[in-house]
Amino acid sequence: MGMTMTQKILAAHAGLDEVKAGQLIEADLDLVLGNDITSPVAIQEMQKLDKKTVFDKDKIALVMDHFIPNKDIKSAENCKCCRDFASEHEITNYFDVGQMGIEHALLPEKGLVVAGDAVIGADSHTCTYGALGAFSTGVGSTDMAAGMVTGKAWFKVPSALKFELVGKPSKWVGGKDIILHIIGMIGVDGALYKSMEFVGEGIQHLSMDDRFTICNMAIEAGGKNGIFPVDEESVKYMKDHSKKEYKIYEADEDAEYDEVYIIDLSQLKPTISFPHLPENTKTIGSFDDVKVDQAVIGSCTNGRLEDMRIAAAVMKGRKVAKNVRCIVIPATQEIYLQSMGEGLLEIFIEAGAVVSTPTCGPCLGGYMGILAAGERCISTTNRNFVGRMGHVDSEVYLASPAIAAASAITGKISAPEELGL
Amino acid sequence: MKAYGSVFKYGDNVDTDVIIPARYLNITDGYELAKHCMEDIDKDFVKTVKEGDIIVANKNFGCGSSREHAPLVIKCAGISCVIAETFARIFYRNAINIGLPIIECPEAAKAIKAGDQVSVDFDSGMITNETTGQSYQGQAFPPFMQEIISAGGLIASINKK
Repeated sequence: MGMTMTQKILAAHAGLDEVKAGQLIEADLDLVLGNDITSPVAIQEMQKLDKKTVFDKDKIALVMDHFIPNKDIKSAENCKCCRDFASEHEITNYFDVGQMGIEHALLPEKGLVVAGDAVIGADSHTCTYGALGAFSTGVGSTDMAAGMVTGKAWFKVPSALKFELVGKPSKWVGGKDIILHIIGMIGVDGALYKSMEFVGEGIQHLSMDDRFTICNMAIEAGGKNGIFPVDEESVKYMKDHSKKEYKIYEADEDAEYDEVYIIDLSQLKPTISFPHLPENTKTIGSFDDVKVDQAVIGSCTNGRLEDMRIAAAVMKGRKVAKNVRCIVIPATQEIYLQSMGEGLLEIFIEAGAVVSTPTCGPCLGGYMGILAAGERCISTTNRNFVGRMGHVDSEVYLASPAIAAASAITGKISAPEELGL
Repeated sequence: MKAYGSVFKYGDNVDTDVIIPARYLNITDGYELAKHCMEDIDKDFVKTVKEGDIIVANKNFGCGSSREHAPLVIKCAGISCVIAETFARIFYRNAINIGLPIIECPEAAKAIKAGDQVSVDFDSGMITNETTGQSYQGQAFPPFMQEIISAGGLIASINKK
């Protein structure tokens, strides 16, 4: 019986020739990640271990991104805890204000993850790096603590769903629409405990930023990881960003999949998730006017350079609607600089949007851009659960940067076509 | 090991944002955090929960974020066991790693009602609704996970090795 791409990476990291779905294994890790919310808990847990030294100071990444620049005293203390820990253990990849970015945009950009790696992160969106052909998955703080000390983690080998992408998406359809369409189709537990493996000729039309967005939201379908095969596009990205050696794994031809879905990208329309679950999807044009009070363009899902370019293309020369607040958050310092160099920030500010330093901030209702009761936000983030961005009676609608930008201009959920684009 | 208590019942897809909203995640102490457990979907939960009580929910309990604060606040609120049709995977491993007993049992999850008195025998996986007299066989943990749980969580099990 053949293995899926994920199974092959796991087998190699467990020192086994073969693994099967359901098998419990212990795998060596290439990187262990934590942020300013999950790392303090992991650091506390690590103190309870007999061994208190890290397995490899170069293979741990600590990124201060959720509540920074520190929103209050408690957040400041959490970051200080991480900073002190990083200093004591001489952690090479510690990223604080000034160098940081949203973790899942930052790590690939810094070249810390490449194809063939096995990565755990104490953040659910760690599954993002599957876009590069790595196995990466979210875990909790105790797993992070154990991983930092032992360099290993236990896994139940997942079975897989295969998504065969064919055709070319139309102008305003991107990675976000593809993954929202898939979540709408299979539900928020449709891939529970499973790998989501994306294959097919349609992949050639997807940029790395599209692929990061798609893998990022695998967790919103309950998936353990999302993964793309390695091609010219991803090899070029890795060569541009990393000095690490990458390893290409391919699924066996006789690999077994629980289900195979064929998705014609040319048929997809801009897709929006209505409150309060990512699976509540509707396509543009299939619903009545939904007025919005706020638009957020950013996050680990859609805060990359291409997202900034798309939003700017829609907003250029236009004004944000009266009574709408538009917040744009480039995900890393590098993306911020590039956006500035390309004149994108000027377009946002002239349109009446605000541009923030990189942070997760509003996505999880942490700080900045919090919603009042009854308010609605169109957002390029990844979750629209009850109370996710603020008051329990507020609403979040998930969409692509194109839709969020167009909606900021019209004041209701809109496609760029409504602006003559 | 056994659990016995009164049931709090919830539906599908109870997410980690309602178990413990992110606005409180600057707090790391479990008991302090537990004052806000479930407050966005059940304001009465923290007022009425007693030591030993049990949460019963439908599918995909604990979906969303990887925050370990979620199983931790449930444990610190006094809950002795969570029974669900299915659990989201990160919540599942976090619960095992921190020592919050959880058990998958679709039949029990569907039949048990709020306020029922329920007992759970973790060794056998047997769930009994003492109010109605009905019993259900829950899925017992594989030996690998039993080891982690009986050691008292992942950290203790690593120390044992």
